Amino acid sequence: MNDPKLLLLDPADNVLVAIQTLEAGDTLTVAGQRVNVPARLTLGHKLAARAIRAGEKILKYRVPIGSATQDIAAGEHVHLHNMKSDYLQTFTLESGQTFSTKNDHH
Amino acid sequence: MIITDQAYLRADGRKGIRNHIVVAYLVECAHHVAREIVYPYRERGVHLIGFGGCYPNDYAARMMRTLCTHPNVGGVLLLSLGCESFNRNSLREAIAASGRPVETLVIQQTGGTRKTIEQGRKLMADLLAKVAEVPRAPLPINELIVGTVCGGSDATSGITANPGIGRAFDRLVEQHAGCIFEETGELIGCEDIMTARAATPALAGILRDSVTKAAKYYTVLGHGSFAPGNAEGGLTTQEEKSMGAYAKSGASRISGLLKPGDIPPRGGLYLLDVVPDGEVRFGFPNINDNAEIAELIACGSHVILFSTGRGSVVGSAISPVIKVCANPETYRRMSEDMDVDAGKILEGRASLDEVGREILDLSLAVARGAQTKSEELGHQEFVLTYKSFEPIGPSCLPSA
Repeated sequence: MNDPKLLLLDPADNVLVAIQTLEAGDTLTVAGQRVNVPARLTLGHKLAARAIRAGEKILKYRVPIGSATQDIAAGEHVHLHNMKSDYLQTFTLESGQTFSTKNDHH
Repeated sequence: MIITDQAYLRADGRKGIRNHIVVAYLVECAHHVAREIVYPYRERGVHLIGFGGCYPNDYAARMMRTLCTHPNVGGVLLLSLGCESFNRNSLREAIAASGRPVETLVIQQTGGTRKTIEQGRKLMADLLAKVAEVPRAPLPINELIVGTVCGGSDATSGITANPGIGRAFDRLVEQHAGCIFEETGELIGCEDIMTARAATPALAGILRDSVTKAAKYYTVLGHGSFAPGNAEGGLTTQEEKSMGAYAKSGASRISGLLKPGDIPPRGGLYLLDVVPDGEVRFGFPNINDNAEIAELIACGSHVILFSTGRGSVVGSAISPVIKVCANPETYRRMSEDMDVDAGKILEGRASLDEVGREILDLSLAVARGAQTKSEELGHQEFVLTYKSFEPIGPSCLPSA
């Protein structure tokens, strides 16, 4: 069972989406386990629905939106610090320049 | 299914859900005079559009022609300064050939600002009388065209409003309505799943090429579609953001690719390629949401479904805009501007299917004449800039 503050968009997904603000110190249920929210997360942020291994695809809407760059525990925040785009590495321009974006913004 | 038996039947056989008159300035220098002519009539269905540039451009000429002969338009007044390069005669001939009443005023010939405004307002009274006599006819759902766009997106857009619009699109496409989604730059990363829905292998290649073109275009301009604000909102990757925008397209088979001004030849789901062809020039492909809305309308859209999370207020000239608000907090703050509260999905007040049904029902009600919030508030935004496109090939529109 998952906390009602978290939305599973598709049964195949391994991330949950916060549908309201999660405050630091809140305790949530993820996959039947109690987890603590370490820092404030606003609506739209993702938490691991289960343990995810480094290199595994992150699935949202049943679609891969990138892959884990490290092992991620159930209930952990999934974002720029522990996942990356699979798309940006594979899309290169004729000049060899990579498509610049978000991983640089953090 | 017949949506209404009160659609406006144009002499060219197309059917509108509104009976507007368009006043079109053909260069920025005629904008003020055009606006002054419209002003007393702005609540009587007289809308202002125009092109600001002084130099001829095929894209702008095509956009103006398709907009002035849109099924929601019953008559046109063209406003020319006189020395601009826009070919006013060929535009006037195209409008006249469509059977619509058309008048032209040339400010330099009429004798300046005041005289042109006076003459324009007199002509407006005549045009209003003419379009009031347009015959009515039944509008079957397979003649309706609906476009969709998103703007002011946030983390809720891809969870509520966009998939809700996707559900409505699926129901419309089942009934052979024409549905158009767009912004290839926001489909970067969705190529594989999108091309798998193409009606033919040739179309799959064309859809993929359109996204590749967009990615290169945005890279050259130095604008990723992914902004720092997106990461703050919880989106992590380009493909994650794109999936949210892509959800507006629903799950139907994709029947073809359009470029601005192409009318879908029959019902089905179409991708509108909004990124210019050829070398990168004229800057950002669409300078704002209304530039995209104008292109969807130029493709014949009778109604626009606009998904917003942060809260856009815009409407449009020519076709009504239905605003689908993704974020329940935004909805509470800006409900006067919002037609659909899709964010209620997040608060357990409705399912995605129910919101999809609400969007569909409202689209049909608007086609029967119900006013959208932006229409009630008088929004008639319009913008048209320089772009360049090459005509599409036959593979873009499979015959089956």
